[in-house]
Amino acid sequence: MSTTSFKVDGQSVKIDGDPQMPLLYALRDELGLNNPKFGCGLAQCGACTVHLNGVATRSCVVPVSAVANQSITTLKGLGTPEHPHPLQSAFVEEQVTQCGYCVNGWLMTAAALLQKNPRASEAQIKDGLKDLKCRCGSHLAILRAVKRAQTALLAKGALA
Amino acid sequence: MKDTQLNQTVEPMNASSGLSRRQWLMSSGALVVSASASGFLGLSALTASEGAQAQVNGTKPALNPDELDSWVAIAPDGGVTAYFGKVDLGQGLTVALAQMVAEELDVAYARVNIVSGSTNLTVNQGGASSALGIQAGSKPLVQAAAEARRLLVEMAALQLNTTPADLVVNQGVVKSLKDPSKAVSYQDLIGGKFFNSKVEWNKKLGNPLEIKGKAPLKKPADYKIVGQPIPRTDLAWRIYGTGEFVSDIRVPGVLHARMVRTPMAGATIASVDESSIQSVLGAKVIRQQNFLAVVAEKEWDAVKAARLLKVKWTPPASPMPTNEENVYQHLSSAPVVKRVEEVKVGDVSAAFKGAKRIIEARYHWPFQSHASMGPACAIADVKPEGVTLWTSSQKPHYARDGVANLLGIDPKTVTGHWVIGPGSYGRNDAGDAVMDAAMLSKLTGRPVRVQGMRHDATHWDPKAPASIHTARAAIDESGAVTGYEFVSKGFSRVSIESNEADPNDSLVGMEMGLPARNGVGFGVPGEAYQFPAKFQAWEVVPDLIKQASPLRTSHMRDPVGLQIQFASEQFMDEVAFETGVDPIAFRMRYATTARDQDLFAQLRDKSNWQTRRAFAGPQKGRILKGQGVAYAHRGGTILAAVVHIEVDRQTGRIWARKFTVAHDCGLVVNPKGIQYTIEGALVQALSRTLYEEVHFDEHQVKSVDWLTYPILTIHDTPESVDLVLINRPELPPTGAGEATNRLIPACVANAFFDATGVRLRQAPLTPKRVLAALKQKPAGSTQA
Repeated sequence: MSTTSFKVDGQSVKIDGDPQMPLLYALRDELGLNNPKFGCGLAQCGACTVHLNGVATRSCVVPVSAVANQSITTLKGLGTPEHPHPLQSAFVEEQVTQCGYCVNGWLMTAAALLQKNPRASEAQIKDGLKDLKCRCGSHLAILRAVKRAQTALLAKGALA
Repeated sequence: MKDTQLNQTVEPMNASSGLSRRQWLMSSGALVVSASASGFLGLSALTASEGAQAQVNGTKPALNPDELDSWVAIAPDGGVTAYFGKVDLGQGLTVALAQMVAEELDVAYARVNIVSGSTNLTVNQGGASSALGIQAGSKPLVQAAAEARRLLVEMAALQLNTTPADLVVNQGVVKSLKDPSKAVSYQDLIGGKFFNSKVEWNKKLGNPLEIKGKAPLKKPADYKIVGQPIPRTDLAWRIYGTGEFVSDIRVPGVLHARMVRTPMAGATIASVDESSIQSVLGAKVIRQQNFLAVVAEKEWDAVKAARLLKVKWTPPASPMPTNEENVYQHLSSAPVVKRVEEVKVGDVSAAFKGAKRIIEARYHWPFQSHASMGPACAIADVKPEGVTLWTSSQKPHYARDGVANLLGIDPKTVTGHWVIGPGSYGRNDAGDAVMDAAMLSKLTGRPVRVQGMRHDATHWDPKAPASIHTARAAIDESGAVTGYEFVSKGFSRVSIESNEADPNDSLVGMEMGLPARNGVGFGVPGEAYQFPAKFQAWEVVPDLIKQASPLRTSHMRDPVGLQIQFASEQFMDEVAFETGVDPIAFRMRYATTARDQDLFAQLRDKSNWQTRRAFAGPQKGRILKGQGVAYAHRGGTILAAVVHIEVDRQTGRIWARKFTVAHDCGLVVNPKGIQYTIEGALVQALSRTLYEEVHFDEHQVKSVDWLTYPILTIHDTPESVDLVLINRPELPPTGAGEATNRLIPACVANAFFDATGVRLRQAPLTPKRVLAALKQKPAGSTQA
């Protein structure tokens, strides 16, 4: 048992418990943050993705002790209906997802990707998203939305 | 969000009453009432024959199908709620339903909310089933909306001292034509109260349930909302993460559980070493015969305990009779449990006797897993006074019945709240999760939340069956098909039923000693080929293990449709080329209904189809290009697709680059919704075509995660999917949710032949299989 302090969406939090517990369980069960989803627990699907200091990270395999004093962003921290991230607006516009269980992973991964490489080519976008799973087959709509968001971001100059 | 997931037991309409019963008047004879929230009472002019047969008041009648209030309600603010006894797994079905309800009620689309699935709020319409959400599921809602409108207009006529014929409704406001100053809104007529009016009911539950009111339905020509591409209003909560999936439901006092299932198929528990989890504070073993779980106060502790628990398993008396490599040989020689000859037209044996030549082929399809995006989760709270469930089962009413039957209690004491889970496309692991949770809650006396780990979902979900398919065609001297025979032999499509009502079909039931039912069923191709003689049959062989099998089968999106059409539609291509006919022309020659002909003509025009009468010859270079077509019927929907693929000669990768899908499902309720549904179905089926097969040997299933059960990635996404959506407003809508799936395997395989001159008659069309095929069968041969 130990205490780990870190930031989630700008708020300081403390987790008491097994330092080996994956971050995912800390976020979901200790902090009640539902958006990172349990999909595999093996870093194979991406449903649990959060940003760790801005880097897309699979929270199901990161021990909570490894994020001490670091900064986590979840989907809620990425954007809200009132202040949406351009990717979220684009996903709504393009009516992306069927069931939606995977969408956290696509949004968080694509956000980090476009942050790092605002002018990513389609091939680079696909490469950056290739390790995410979607069982409903929403891939066509996802690609349309990521490209739409990229255009919006570039037009805004936010990433130029 | 449109598909409100009510997780509370609060009945929203009961809260509002306003008027006491004394304020309601009734005429003698027919009970006729009119009232508004302002207390208007105007019955003097009403005659029984004109009567709105409603006793509007604040009490909701019992949830029976013959009560109008079971289907539709109008809130104090005029918002409309329609109660849907099926569920939407993510295809936007509730948007289309809301359109249909809004249309018949003459209210704005945005005012309609659909409540889905929960057993205390909706009647049993069968849950999600066979793409019947619109085709069957909308019928009672449309009837109820029309009937509610009729009653509301009758009430308005009383209140406004005019006749129903003088009234029009626009956006929920009833207005007099003669005197436009006379108007009253739905909410003023009934808001927050209930119709208490009966409808006719056909006395059936589940998919066939229908009701009928006295109101005529609108004519399609008058539709204003139905047919519009209204965007999905049920997605934003998922994209902003402001709503809940079933795994996000938190119940106070809950115990977290993980199931512990045998790594060895058919093994039973010899002993459990409870001390092996003593390092996990508070973790406990729960066991009844071969039903084994660990529970803990914290979820992570349950995960740890499940990993640490030491169990000795007793192997089964004999291993499974086959493995992945030999499964088709096994199927070929296995005894037949049941044979059904579904289609017999003309004299097939005479056709083959008199044939100039006979064309034959055989096709193989593997076991496949739902492998849902997340392992199933369910919560159950079993209390002496009643049981509460939170489940993502796509048939929540049957899950309620199954839990009641498992626990030996009255289903009326069980409430099943439906909450969406990771996309389910048939009976996946959600059905077992809710049954496991209920048993664990009973055994622990606490609310229990069960969630699977990845291996629980992929190893232990019910599978889609493996099968072999044999096709033969008799050809006469002119090259015409005179006889056609198609026989499938496979594992059952339903060794466990597609719903959870029978606990003998659940893992917990079987682990606790209930005998498995080992149900049988399969199917035949869906098409309209008018061959002079035609014979289609299926045979089912015994399950590999009878009891609690990790290879037990049940429905998976378009059950057995991919298997069967992979074979039958590839065979049509083979016969076309063998007889020197273009594959589309061949299909048009034999599928002769006007709708089929229209479909093919449009598909041919829009898909840039190049006429072919034989393999065009070997191609040079690394990338080989090909076109393929497939066609099918499913539940009244008629459809066909063309794909243009690229085959990488070096890597063996197939890229299905460009699809054109022609789709005729009668009336189109929402073209955008259908587009997204078809895209999803297509890509999911493409994954099953290219990658998916359950690996297993005689002792165990070896597909346990995404490495051992790979699915397609975004690199495999088609560049484009063009949809030719044929709208037939004069025809009732049929399913769009899973018809496309059955086209994709043969479509791609046919394009592979066009690219390479080689037939791939075994699915999936993996790079390994492609490379082997290209090596063994040089392009240019027309027979594999």
